[in-house]
Parts: sequence; C-alpha cells; structure tokens
Amino acid sequence: MQIRLILAALRQHRAATVLVVLQIALTLAIVCNALFIIQLRLAHIARPTGIDEAHIVVIQNQWIGKHETAQLSARLATDLAALRQLPGVADAYADYTYPVAGPWAALLRIGLKPDQRAPTSFAEGYQADDHTLSTLGLQLVAGRNFRPDEIVAGSVDDALAPPVIIVTRDLAERLFAHESAVRKRVYISDKPSTIIGVVRHLEVPAVGTHSFAYCSVLLPSWPAWPYGNFYVLRAKPGQLDAVMRAAPKALLAINRMRVMEGGAKRYSDLRAAVYADDRGVTLLMSMICVVLLLATVGGIGGLTSFWVGQRRRQIGIRRALGATRGDILRYFQTENFLIVSGGIALGLLLAVVLNLFLMKHYELRRLPLSYLPISALVLWLLGQLAVLGPALRAAAVPPVVVTRSV
Amino acid sequence: MFGYYFELAVRSLRRSPVLTILVVVLIGTGVASSMVTFAALRAMSADPMPGKSAQLYRPQIDNWGPANPDAHREPPLTLSYIDAEALLHAHAAPRQTALYQVAFSLVPADATRAPFAVKGYAVTTDFFAMFNVPMAYGAGWSASDDDKGTDALVISRRLNDRLFGGTDSVGREIRLDNHDYRVVGVAGDWNPQPRFYATGSIHVTTDHGDAPDVFLPFTHAVEQQVATAWGNYCRPDYKGTGWDALLHSECVWVAFWVDLPTPADARHYASFLHNYAAAQQRMGRFSWPPNVRLRNVPQLLAYVHAVPEQVRVSFLLALGLQLVCLVNVIGLLLAKFMRRSPEIGVRRALGASRRAIGLQFLIEAAMVGAVGGLLGLLLTGIGVYGMGALFTSKIARLVHIDAGLLGLTMLVSMVATVLAALYPTWRAAQVQPAWQLKSN
Repeated sequence: MQIRLILAALRQHRAATVLVVLQIALTLAIVCNALFIIQLRLAHIARPTGIDEAHIVVIQNQWIGKHETAQLSARLATDLAALRQLPGVADAYADYTYPVAGPWAALLRIGLKPDQRAPTSFAEGYQADDHTLSTLGLQLVAGRNFRPDEIVAGSVDDALAPPVIIVTRDLAERLFAHESAVRKRVYISDKPSTIIGVVRHLEVPAVGTHSFAYCSVLLPSWPAWPYGNFYVLRAKPGQLDAVMRAAPKALLAINRMRVMEGGAKRYSDLRAAVYADDRGVTLLMSMICVVLLLATVGGIGGLTSFWVGQRRRQIGIRRALGATRGDILRYFQTENFLIVSGGIALGLLLAVVLNLFLMKHYELRRLPLSYLPISALVLWLLGQLAVLGPALRAAAVPPVVVTRSV
Repeated sequence: MFGYYFELAVRSLRRSPVLTILVVVLIGTGVASSMVTFAALRAMSADPMPGKSAQLYRPQIDNWGPANPDAHREPPLTLSYIDAEALLHAHAAPRQTALYQVAFSLVPADATRAPFAVKGYAVTTDFFAMFNVPMAYGAGWSASDDDKGTDALVISRRLNDRLFGGTDSVGREIRLDNHDYRVVGVAGDWNPQPRFYATGSIHVTTDHGDAPDVFLPFTHAVEQQVATAWGNYCRPDYKGTGWDALLHSECVWVAFWVDLPTPADARHYASFLHNYAAAQQRMGRFSWPPNVRLRNVPQLLAYVHAVPEQVRVSFLLALGLQLVCLVNVIGLLLAKFMRRSPEIGVRRALGASRRAIGLQFLIEAAMVGAVGGLLGLLLTGIGVYGMGALFTSKIARLVHIDAGLLGLTMLVSMVATVLAALYPTWRAAQVQPAWQLKSN
C-alpha cells in the first residue's frame, strides 16, 4: 500500500531520485574498493616480525678505513664481548641487516637439488651467531642452535655457503611440507647446506616482499666485511634507555675510528619509520572514505528535508485522513530504503567494475565478495540515519496544516 | 542586470541557509580532497630537472642474456664496468658520465671532532654541466683529471659550511677514509628530487633525500677501489672475489648518462648502442641479439614507477569523492531552484526570457561555487599542512601550496558548480508561467 504511494510520489521527482541512486552507487563502489585497499595496507603494516620488538636496540656501525677480514672479525669479537657485558644488555649479535630494515632485498634462491632451474622458494638471509636466537627472542621449534665453532667470519661470499643453517617454520614447510626439516639438505644458490634448526617465526629484512615475507634463513657468520654492520641488542626489561646511552659510549671507548649514524636506535622507532608512508596513505584514504560517507549522508538528509518541506500539505492531508505519525515516519523511511536499495544494486556492479579497473592498472587484488554485503549494509544504515531527522519532522506535521491555506 | 541577479542570488541564498551551507560544504570538501591529493601527486611526479630532463638519456645493455631474471628480459638499469668503460671511451655523445654511489667516513683535521659519514657520487666532469650543478666556488675538475684519476673533489655547500664555515675552500684538503682529497669546487644548492640520476633498482621507488655531499672522479674512485654504496648485482653463477674480478665481471653497478640535445643525436646514439651490442655478439661476449634501451628521464621515471602507486590511487579516490559531491550538489541545487518555481513563474509572466532566468540561476550557482572555493582553499591549506603529519618529512617537504594550486582550486570549484547547475538551471528555465500562477 505505502510502496505504491511512494513509487507514485517518486515519479514526480524522477531527476532527484536518479541523482540519489547514482550517488549511493558511486559511494558504494568507491568505499568498497578504498576499504579493501586500506585493509590490505593495514595487514601489511601489522605483519608480525616474530622478534621481541619492545626490548631491541639497533646500532649502525661503519669502520673508517680499509681493513682485512681477520682484523674486522677481531674487532667484532671485541665489540660484541663488551656489549654483552654491559649491565642492562640481555644479549647482542652482529648482522648486516635487521628485520624489516627497508625496501632492499638480498634474495636467496633455495632449492632441493643442485643446479635446480627454478628455486623451490625465495628467501632472505640474516647473519647469525649462537647469540642471535636469544637476542631476538626467537623460539626454536625443532633441532638446535648454532655452536660457536660453526660461525665463520668472512666476506658475504663465505657467509652464503655455510655448511649448516637455521630456517623459519614457514620456509621449512614450503621445502618439506610436513616432514621434519632438521638434518635435511638444501641448496642456497646451488651451494649445499644442512638445516640444523627451525625457528617459529621471523620476518625477512625487505619490507616490500609478499610471497616470501616469512622465509628467513639464519647464516652462521659475522659481517666482517667493509660495508659496516648493525649491532642488535636486547635490553633487560626497563633498561632500554640506559642501554641506548651506554652502548654507543662503550663502543667508542673501544675504538673511536667508526661512525655510528644516529647512535643507538629503538627497534620500534625504526620499524615505525619504515611504515610511515604506508600509514600516511592509509590515513589519507580513510579520511577520504569518511568524508565521502558524510557527504552522502548530508546530501540525502538535505534532499529529504527539502521533500518534506515541499509535501507539508500532502502530509497534513494524510494525517487529517487518519494516518498516524508512525505511518508518516515509516513512509519516509521506506522511501529512503527503496532509493538506497536501487543505489546499492547499481553500486555493487560499479564496485566490481572499479575493482577490475584498479586490478588492470594498479596491481590491486580481486575484491573479496564479503566486502559487498558489508558495504551495502553500511549504506542502508547511513541512509536511514540521514532520513531520520527529516522524517521525524515530517511526522510532527499537525493535521491542522490542511485547514490553513497557503 | 548582473547587479540585479547578484542581489537576487544573495537574497535566495539567505532564504534557505541550511541548504546553501550544505552545498558550500560539499563543494569545498570535494575540491579540497582532490586538490590535496593532486598536490601530493604533483610533488612526486614533478619534473626533477625542468628543461633538461628530456635530453638526458640512460643507456641500458642486456649483458646477462638468458640469465636475466626479469620476466620481460628488460636490461638492468646499471651497466657492468666493462660496458661503462667502453661507452666512456667511445665518446659517442657530446657529454657523458658514468656514475656510482659512494660513501666515506670523513675524519676532520681537528682531532676533537668525531668522524662522520658522507655520501656522494663518483662521476666524470661532464656530470656538472649535464645535470646543471651550479658552482658556488671553483669549478668541476678538468678532463685530464678524469683521464688521470686525480684526487680532485667537489663538495656540497652543506659540507663546506660544516667544515670550512662557508668560506671559499678551493685548494683545501679533506680526508675521506684514509685518502686526502683536494677541493676543486663547491657546488651551490642542487638537489633534484627524486634522485633519478642514481636510481639503481626499479624496486626502490622512493629515492628522495638530501643532496650528495661529495663528487669525485670516476677513474680515481675505481683506481682507489672505492666500492659502490649501492651494492652490485651479479649473476648467480658469479664466483669471483676482489676488485679486479669485479671490474672484469658481468656484475652490473655503474649508472651511465648521456646528454643528447637533439632528436637526431638521440637517434644516432640509439643506433650506436645497438651496434655496440651487436659487436659484442660478434666478438662472442653476448650469445644473444642486441637488447638495449635508451630512455630519457621522463621515460625512465615512468618505467621505474617513481610515483608511488598508492598516491595515484588516492588521487583517483579523491576524484571519485568530488564526483559524488557534485552529484549531491546537482540534487540539492535542483531542490533549491525548483522551490522557487512560483517566483520564476512571476518573472516569466512579467516578460523575463528563458535566457534571463537561466543566466540568473547560473550566476547564483557561480556565487555558491566561489564561496565553496574559498572553503576549499581553507581546507586545502589545512590538508597540505597536515601532509607533514601523515608522511615522512622527505616526501611532505615536496608538497607545497603555490599560486597555481590556489587558482586551480577556485577554478575547479566554480567550473564544477556551474556544470552541476546546468541541469537544475535548465529545469528552472522550463517552468511554465501559467502553471505556477494558476496553482497559486
């Protein structure tokens, strides 16, 4: 009964109705895709590193002048011994990188046979010694840690062909499915290594990788090479600030001929800085979405309240003929529901089209179908919210309006 | 007549303030969102070297053949030392430079000051003219410095300020790592963004940052075995170790640039490059046909996706937001104009033509657009200012407001509003005077 009335009324406002439908459709299409992009970025930012982030301190160390491998390795040994002795330091190790260090990837090709044409998996390496697991707070789920005698100090070429390695569970499962990976032989860039341990979780150094983000390999080695290194330290609880002050001082006391850019840095700050732009764009897109929804609510509210003003007389007549306040309220709510439904129907189609466009031009993934009903629900609710004010005002129109001529 | 319409418009806008405010807010937010994202996009896709970038070309040579891991067999961005040396010696372009990034520890002469890190590039002296590097003091080194590989050094103004208090330091010495260099020039302010000249990997797209501190002769850097700070990229089967092995390897690590002022020069160089690769094939070094590229700066930036994809998508979304706002505005203006049907009826009955009615409403729309534009200016200002909070300073520093952006904001909001008003205005002009007079 009401619906036929509504449709008849809408026919009088064909243009305005079409405009609202169009607006809802565009909003739905844009919000769906924007939310999907935001969600992908957030998932990327929230990737777990697997390390004890809150207590880690990183110091970048660059030696001044050229030195032989043996000399560098002796210096690393002295530095590490001193760092591990510091009162607030739980443990420390040296590496050429650290988890989620930046956009640069040093790919390792992991195969199960020598001279394998396509690698079984890509991975990234860390230079590790027997203190790495305890420094980063990594959990060994199978096998054993490195022994001190397994650590080589040398160039990166030496580091890349170690007899023994520790891998993450993600990589182990890729290589050997559900079999135990311990004591299995793999080939890193065609050179053989034996897996001696598996750690639960460790993200790779490169931030942009997706397909092998958790495929890390620990290479038992010291970064005794001319390009400098990072000292990674874990502070005892509550000692982070003290360690950040004490560690650079201790290193300078051992040898002044080094550059430590920025001194000691909190790992949590370093990680936040890497994702700063990601977070910025995500926030920008979220703000666009919010403004978009607000604009839609405002627009629908404004138009409905105009319609209410225009139909005061008709509302008065209906009220005089016996319609209750509830009838009037429901009239406008139903009207809005019908228009928004039309918009949603068109919008679902547009959302998929926009997604296909973004997939073609911007490497976006396929929009999960679950986004469509959720966005539709949100728009239905917002539509009802937008119409509530004007509808209540319409319901408040007294029947006596009819008796007053305009 | 315009004055009269203006007055009518003001009166009408004041009669329904809520609707007017709504329209203004929609126009303002719509235009501001697209302007803020446009400013970000503009900052990141700005020509790093206006007037020059189209004639700076980057030769690329496929020296890996089937071992090239790229799916489309795109040659690497950098060259092997073998190819870089060959191109330097061939001198097939009016100006050319090999280039690679270097990093040193600078040990101040004053022993009480702590050593610090400096970054820079090993280049040939052509670099300064090719990339419009201004000189505050002195000049680039000579061609014979290039050939002999002397210890000449050009430093940045910032480093000069730090070491020599900004005075003319030409002839002074600087100790980098364990080697003394003599300053021959101090560069003026020069820091094109992004640092396209050094791009070594298509995976690193956010190469924004400080100006390089030092430039030294390429030949000298190679002789002194100054390793590339970018790292070199070797074939998986590369077994060599040491500097000499690297120089004779197919590892790629040297960027190369040529200055080709005319299209004829570019064509000539492209065929030279092709012939070079063909000669390598004949000599047996390459077992594959020539696969070379010669991209200028705009082409190179497009190829490496210098503008982050997310920024483009944000701009697209913001345009969508503006479109929705406009659709909204059409509906609201339609409501606003049709509410005044009786008034239109009276004016038409008193002899106003459809044109006159149309003009009246378009002027009203343009006024709303102007007010919306002013709000848009304010919001754009806040938005661009807020970019600093959203992004790392390096990128945010590039986003700025200028007269062009302000003018564009006003123009877009007025044009968009007038466009949005076309249909409502047309409807208003169609109002039948008789109908309106009768129903009243």
